[in-house]
Amino acid sequence: MTQLQKGVQKVQNCSRPLLAIRKLTKYFGGLKAVANFDLDLNQGELVGLIGPNGAGKTTVFNLITGMYIPTTGSIKFQGEEITGLKPHKIARLGITRTFQNIRLFPELTVLDNVRIAYHHHTQCGLFHTLFRTRTFRHEEQELTQKAKEFLAIFGLETRWNEISKNLPYGEQRRLEIARALVSEPKLLLLDEPAAGMNPFEVNQLMQLIAWIRDRFRLTILLIEHQMRVVMGICERVVVMDFGEIIAQGKPEEVQNDPKVIEAYLGKVTVAG
Amino acid sequence: MVYFFQQLLNGLQLGFVYALIALGYTMVYGIVRLINFAHGDVFMIGAYLGFYFLGKFGLPLPFAILGAMTGCAILGMTIEKLAYKPLRMAPRIAALITAIGVSLFLEYFTSLKFVFGPNYLPYPRPFPIKNYTLSGITLSNIQIIVFAIAIGLMIFLQLFVTKTKTGMAMRAVSFDKETAQLMGIDINRIISITFGIGSALAGAGGVLYGIAYPQINPFMGIMPGLKAFVAAVLGGIGIIPGAMIGAIIMGVVEVLTAAFVSSTLRDAVAFAILIIVLLIKPTGILGKPATEKV
Amino acid sequence: MKYFQALKLIGLILVVYLVLQFLIILEIINPYWQQILCCALIIAVSALGLNLIYGFTGQFSLGHAAFYGLGAYLSAYISKTIQSGSPLVLLLGMTSGAILSGLVAFLIGLPILRLRSDYLGIATLGFGIIVKIFFDNADALIPSLGGSRGMIGIPKLTTFAWVYFIFIIAVILLRNLVDSSIGRALVSIREDEVAAEAVGINTTKYKTIGFIIGCSYAGVAGALYAHLYSFLHPANFDFLKSIDVMLIIVLGGLGSISGTIITAIAWTFLLEGLRVVLPEAILDWRLVIYPLLLIIVMLIRPKGIFGGKEFKLLRPKLITK
Repeated sequence: MTQLQKGVQKVQNCSRPLLAIRKLTKYFGGLKAVANFDLDLNQGELVGLIGPNGAGKTTVFNLITGMYIPTTGSIKFQGEEITGLKPHKIARLGITRTFQNIRLFPELTVLDNVRIAYHHHTQCGLFHTLFRTRTFRHEEQELTQKAKEFLAIFGLETRWNEISKNLPYGEQRRLEIARALVSEPKLLLLDEPAAGMNPFEVNQLMQLIAWIRDRFRLTILLIEHQMRVVMGICERVVVMDFGEIIAQGKPEEVQNDPKVIEAYLGKVTVAG
Repeated sequence: MVYFFQQLLNGLQLGFVYALIALGYTMVYGIVRLINFAHGDVFMIGAYLGFYFLGKFGLPLPFAILGAMTGCAILGMTIEKLAYKPLRMAPRIAALITAIGVSLFLEYFTSLKFVFGPNYLPYPRPFPIKNYTLSGITLSNIQIIVFAIAIGLMIFLQLFVTKTKTGMAMRAVSFDKETAQLMGIDINRIISITFGIGSALAGAGGVLYGIAYPQINPFMGIMPGLKAFVAAVLGGIGIIPGAMIGAIIMGVVEVLTAAFVSSTLRDAVAFAILIIVLLIKPTGILGKPATEKV
Repeated sequence: MKYFQALKLIGLILVVYLVLQFLIILEIINPYWQQILCCALIIAVSALGLNLIYGFTGQFSLGHAAFYGLGAYLSAYISKTIQSGSPLVLLLGMTSGAILSGLVAFLIGLPILRLRSDYLGIATLGFGIIVKIFFDNADALIPSLGGSRGMIGIPKLTTFAWVYFIFIIAVILLRNLVDSSIGRALVSIREDEVAAEAVGINTTKYKTIGFIIGCSYAGVAGALYAHLYSFLHPANFDFLKSIDVMLIIVLGGLGSISGTIITAIAWTFLLEGLRVVLPEAILDWRLVIYPLLLIIVMLIRPKGIFGGKEFKLLRPKLITK
C-alpha cells in the first residue's frame, strides 16, 4: 500500500460513520418489531432514540448488540458487518450497553461486577490461573487497580466490597454504566438510564453522560423517556413509532414535528 | 407385521399409564415450576391403596380406583402444604431438593416392615383375564380397561381445565401468577387443587399399572415416574395434550425397542430420543419457542 | 509475609495428615472407619466438581455420576490390564479418568449446554441413564468390565494418603480457579447470562470449560473410588447417585467450597454413623431419618447450611500491591 493509498483510506475512515444501519428489520413470528430502520452514528455523537412504549427501541439495541438476529438488513460497525456475530464478539469490537431493567451480577461485589467486564482484556490461561503463577498475580493486580480506578470515576470507590444488589438504585445505574465502560468501548448504548431516578439524580446523570463522552471519546446512543434528558444533552434525536423511524433531527426541530407530536410528544404536552 | 401391531398395542398400554403420571407432573410444573420428584411415589402409594382395596377389602375395581384417587389426592395436597408451600419464595432448587427428600421418605418409610414392607407383592386380579383375538392381534380385557379409564380421565381433565371456572383459574395461574392474583384468584387454593388432581390421576395410574403389570414394591414409582416426567418434557412441559403425546411416544418406543432391538436398551433409546428432541426443539414437541426477553 | 502464610498453610495440611495417619496406624480409626473417611473425601472431590458446574457456573447437571463412573471404569480397566500393584498405575488411572470424563463432557457439553436450567437437568439426567445402561452392557464390548454382574479384581491401590492429598489439591485448584478472572467469568454466567455476554464474556466457551473441569473432578474421584473397594457395579453410578451429589452441594450451599466439603463428609458419616448408633430393631429407620433431615434442613435453610459463605482460609483474597 502506498503512502497515498493509506492517506486516502484514512480520509475515508474519518468520513465513514462509526455505526451504519441499513434497512434493519425484525419480525417476531408475524409481529413486526422493527422495519426498514436506517441510522448512521458518527464518531463522537450523542444521539437520542425516543418513541412511545412498544415502538421497538429496545429491539434496536438488542439487534445492534447481537442479542437478536435481524430478519433482514445490515449493521456495520467501523465498516465491518456485525450482523450475526455473537453478543460477546460485538462487545469486544467495542459496543457495550446498559439495560432498561438494570442487569448487574446481583450476588457479586461492586468490584467483581467491573472486573468481569474487563475479563476479555486478560491473557492468563488455565495453567497460570490454577497454579497462581507470578504472571497471574501480576495481571490480577493490574485488573483490580484498573477496576478501582473506574469505580473512583463513578464515585463508587468506597462501595467496592458491597454486594451489588444491596446498592441504592441510583448507584446500581451508575455501576452498570461503569461496567459497560471499563472495557473502553467506542459506542455505548444506554437504555433508559434515568428511569426511576429523582430530579436531582437525573441532573447528576446528565452531567455524567456528557462528561464520559468527552473523557472516553465515546459515541452514545440513548433511549430515554424523560424529555428533559433527551432535549438537554442529545445533539440529534431519532423518533420511532411502530418499529419505524418517523422523524429525526435536532431536538428542537423534532419537538415541533407534527408527526412526532401526534405519535408521542403530543401526549407529553397534554400531560404537561 | 402382526407382531409389530401387537407390540404397538402393548406400547400404547404402557404409554397410557405413563400419561396418567405425566399429567400430574406437567400440571404441577406448569403452575409452580417444580419438578415434583415425589410424584412417582404418589403413583406407588396409589398402587398400594388399590392393592388393599381390591385384595383385602374386596372392593370392585371402580371403587378401588376412586378410593386410590381420593387417597392420593389427599396425600399430594398434604405434601404440598407441608413441604413445598413454605419454600415458594426460596430458590427453586430448595423445593426440588425437598421434593427429592419427600420422594426418598415415601420410598423408605413405606418399605418399613409394618407399612408395606420392602418385598414385591403380587397384585390381586379383580377379574379373570379374557383375550379377544382379531386377525392375529390379541387384546385383553385388562388392556381395554386401561385404555378406557385412561382416555376417560384425560377427557375429563381436558374438559375440567377448559370449561370450569377452577380449571380456567388454573390456566391463568400457570400463565402469570401475579396477574392472576390481582384478578382475585386464590393462588393457594388453585395450587392445592392442582396437586390434588395431579396426584389423583397418578393414583389411578398406580392401580392400572398394578393390574396390568401385576407386581408392586415401594420403589416401583422411581422409573415410571422419571419416564413420565421425561414424557412431559418431551411433549412440552405445562401442556396437557403434550404430556399425553409424550407419554404415548415413550411407552411405544420403550416396548418396540424391547421387542425389536434389545430389552436392555429400552431405556437408553427412550432417553436418547428425549435428548435429540430437546436439542432440536428445547421446549418440547408442542411447546412454543421461547424467546428470551432481554 | 506472603511466603510465611503459604508455609503456615502447608504446615497445617501436613499436621492434619500426620494426625489422621497416626490415628489410623494406632487403629483408633479402624480400617472400617478409614474406608468411610476415604469414601467421604472421594465424594467431596466429585461434589466439588459439581459445585463448579452448578454452584459457580449455574449449569444444572443431573448426570454427574456418569462422569464419576467413566473415570472409575476406565482407570479400573487400565490397572486390571497392566496387572501391577505400583501406585503409579493409580496415578495413570486418575489422569486418564480425568481426561476421559473431560473429553466426554466436552463432546456432550457442546450441544447440550445450550439448554437452560431444568431442560439441561433433564438432558444430563438422560445422558446419565444412557451411560449407566452402557455400563450394564459393557461386558458385551469388553468382557473384563463385567457388565451388570459388576467388575471384580481391581487392585486396591487407593490409600488414605492418596485420597487426602488429591482432596487437598482438588480444593486448592478449585479455590484458585474461582478466585480468578476465569472464575469470575464462570460466576457471571450463573448470575446473568445475557449481561455476561453483553460485557464480552464468551458464555458458551466458559460454560464448556466449567463443565469439563467439573466432570474431570468426577473422573478423578471415580478412579480413586474404583481402587478403594476393588469392585464396581453399574448401580453405583445410576441417577440416584447423581442426585446424591446434588443434595450435598445444595445442602452445603451452592457456590461454597467449605459447605461442599463439610456436607460431603457429614453426609457420608451420618449415613454410616446411623448404622452404628441405631439399635438393630430400628436400623431400617436409617433411610427414613435421612430424607426427613434433608427436608428439615431445606425448610430451615433454603440457601444451604453455608449459604455461599466460606471458611476464612478459602475466602477470595484481594491481590493488591
